[in-house]
Amino acid sequence: MPEYTLNVNNKDYKIDVDPQMPLLWAIRDFVGLKGTKFGCGIAQCGACTVHLEGTPIRSCSFPVAAAAGKKITTIEGISENIDHAVQKAWIEMQVPQCGYCQSGQIMSAVALLKNKPHPTDADIDAAMQGNLCRCGTYQRIRSAIHRAAELV
Amino acid sequence: MEQVLSKIDRRKFLKFSGITGAGFIIGLSLKSKAGTASVAKAGDVAPYGLTPFVMIEKNGTITIFNPKPEMGQGTFQSIPSLIAEELEVPLTGVTIQQTGGEKRFGPGQSAGGSSSVRGSYFQLRKVGASAKEMLVMAAANQWKVPVGECYAEDAKVFHKPSGKSIGYGDLAEAAAKLEVPKDPKLKDPKDFKLLGKDIQRPDIPLKSSGRAVFGIDVEVPGMVYASIAHSPVFGAKLVSYDDSVAKKVKGVIGVEKCQRIFGPYTYDCIAVIGENYWAALQGRKALSIKWDDQGNDKFNSKDYTQYLHDLSKQDGAIDKEEGNFDKAYSEAPVKLDSFYETPVVSHSPIEPMNCVASWTDGNKLEIWASTQVPGGIMGEFTKKYNIPEENLTIHTMFSGGAFGRRLYTDFVDEAVQLSKAIGKPVKVLWTREDDTEQGPFRPMTFSALKAGLSADGKALAFQHKVISPTIRYSKNYDKTKTDGTMTEGISDQKYEFPNMKNLYVNADFHIPVAAWRAVTSTTLAFAHESFIDEMAVKANKDPMEFRLGLLTKDSDTKTVLQKLKEVSNWDKPLPAGWGRGVAQYEFFAGLAGYVIEVSKKGNGVNIEKAYAVIDLGTVVNPDMVKAQVEGAAVMALTAAIKSGITFENGQTVQKNYNTNQLVRINEMPPVEVHILANGGPKIKGVGEPGLPPFAPALCNAIYAATGKRIRKLPFDIHNV
Repeated sequence: MPEYTLNVNNKDYKIDVDPQMPLLWAIRDFVGLKGTKFGCGIAQCGACTVHLEGTPIRSCSFPVAAAAGKKITTIEGISENIDHAVQKAWIEMQVPQCGYCQSGQIMSAVALLKNKPHPTDADIDAAMQGNLCRCGTYQRIRSAIHRAAELV
Repeated sequence: MEQVLSKIDRRKFLKFSGITGAGFIIGLSLKSKAGTASVAKAGDVAPYGLTPFVMIEKNGTITIFNPKPEMGQGTFQSIPSLIAEELEVPLTGVTIQQTGGEKRFGPGQSAGGSSSVRGSYFQLRKVGASAKEMLVMAAANQWKVPVGECYAEDAKVFHKPSGKSIGYGDLAEAAAKLEVPKDPKLKDPKDFKLLGKDIQRPDIPLKSSGRAVFGIDVEVPGMVYASIAHSPVFGAKLVSYDDSVAKKVKGVIGVEKCQRIFGPYTYDCIAVIGENYWAALQGRKALSIKWDDQGNDKFNSKDYTQYLHDLSKQDGAIDKEEGNFDKAYSEAPVKLDSFYETPVVSHSPIEPMNCVASWTDGNKLEIWASTQVPGGIMGEFTKKYNIPEENLTIHTMFSGGAFGRRLYTDFVDEAVQLSKAIGKPVKVLWTREDDTEQGPFRPMTFSALKAGLSADGKALAFQHKVISPTIRYSKNYDKTKTDGTMTEGISDQKYEFPNMKNLYVNADFHIPVAAWRAVTSTTLAFAHESFIDEMAVKANKDPMEFRLGLLTKDSDTKTVLQKLKEVSNWDKPLPAGWGRGVAQYEFFAGLAGYVIEVSKKGNGVNIEKAYAVIDLGTVVNPDMVKAQVEGAAVMALTAAIKSGITFENGQTVQKNYNTNQLVRINEMPPVEVHILANGGPKIKGVGEPGLPPFAPALCNAIYAATGKRIRKLPFDIHNV
């Protein structure tokens, strides 16, 4: 199997895996970062969202070979002390319930705010539609994104 | 705040529980009868006479043991705060330890039925209060001052006149030697610092940073991964399989047969074991399996729907009878007769089913699982595998959603079987397709409703007949009797009908079904409260006033409706093209109601606003309650307008979230939650009551806006 270098959160990891293995499993089971979650495997739920060169992607459906050498950011990489504006807003608004989808929600929200520092509700709908939450925290996600826009 | 993931350090625990003086452990005495549990401390009763809830070490470390699994409903905050409030310790300064089904932690190590807080509210406060009184007494003794001059705050005892203080850790040894107070004084609610307040949940920073550890995240040394092929057709038998290609997949290390055991069903399945999950999954896809469907591939939803319709013609077993329904109905000048249908739905928590099991030394077992029932796993697996309780260690992980699915242990047993077979720790991980295809599911219920009204619109006779399969798997199940699980709530509504006869008809079903958040009330409330609305229309009355007219006596239901009327400005006219609907439902878990406003949009409607009222009596964390109701509204909306699960060729049509769709952020209406909590001894549940009344309130609003009566879920909200 080929060896790839994955740059995750500004750190290089050499891994030896099937090129078709989705980036998600490389991150979870080879790099060892468990914050990125598996939900569906077909890019429908967004629990696996990470940034590739700053753009949100669904890592469950993205082959590891295509991510090699590029800058990957996971939930663990957005702050060291849980103090990114989005995280602060998430805590202030008490967004998570079970919390399982929230890494993906936060990664989508971080990308949204980078592109649109003051998103409208329609912007939020468009950017966050790909992230399912079975607990139904959507109303708080919306409030928290607006709050994070104030905190940035 | 630290999430402790390792098992309790047994040596440390035994040291503290075995020797008074080395620390202070306090909890509930198991010797007392249920419901009258008395507080006891370690050393009083040994070895299993105590359910410890608090441990205070000499270095000041305070551990609260939490028997209620955290699955999003907030028990990681609500349960420890019951103790912390009375103990006078800040929640941020304690370690919360989820228990793992150990007998010493007592019965009730499970979460379900919206029961966690209401079942623990007074008991756990008493534990905290007893501990505090003993610590205060220990300080007073040490200082040789009257106990009345001392008080506790922030994990310390203070001497008021001198201002000196001493930490709980320094008092632990002495406190442990004191008598446990028989009747500790509980705090006046007006002095509460935690209870009844919007306290932030300690798990939320963990869950906002990827640091919370769920079952799926567990890794143990030497662990291998399993992906398991189950038959997509329910009731198929395994004929043969060819694993030669699977075994050639790089990273695949073996193929094992195992069984999925759910209720009365045992299904053969094939597990592919890999060095990593991806390898196991690729190997599984390379299996060639021959199943004998045994005719079950003929099963489909269309035929089953017809079967339920046919069954609805049966008389059924009486669930509850008052007055003489048959006579009153036949003589009523105005009659109403409607039939309601609901779908099968899935739980679909975003964390798929998974479990790590490690079987060692012939009879030792360790389990890591996202589960609602650590206590159940302990009871079931020690018995099934004939191992002593002390040889089974269960780690209760954060659950990535549960909604009833994780009350069941089929996926745990798969991991145990595989670890036992191969002698290594095994992580079983279901795919989303496995989760969607295999169930268990919430069954459908069909409802035949009848009402008789007087010419001036008075309700004279009412009947709700339920036709459904049952989620109760019991060898002694009697089909000729009613089944309270499947008629949940229909005979307990507070509406006053002079003549009522509710009925149940049981249907056969060979597909695994299960409790789902708010259980059967989620379908029955739709039929019941939509039909009440139909009666109001027939009587030519306002739906709110019609309901209140059926509630002449004081009741919580009446209070909820009055509150809904107030907060929704029910009497205020709406813009043209809008409509509002109301519904409430009381059942075992509690009581809530909604007023929902919709506006016409094309051929469908847009939900403008949902006003919710939940009746609690006593509330521990209002913000968390609001979150639970907001979430229940979303889950109810999904069940009302998305496909649900249908069957063709003996299997589910839906396989993943692309076809088994859930409501997304753009579809969520604004939900405004009001809590009725005037204190007192009454405590009702939080997690479930927000679900059942949502769909009928929505459909009643749609009728008000469009004149279209929806009697079948799911429906297309864009084309009603």
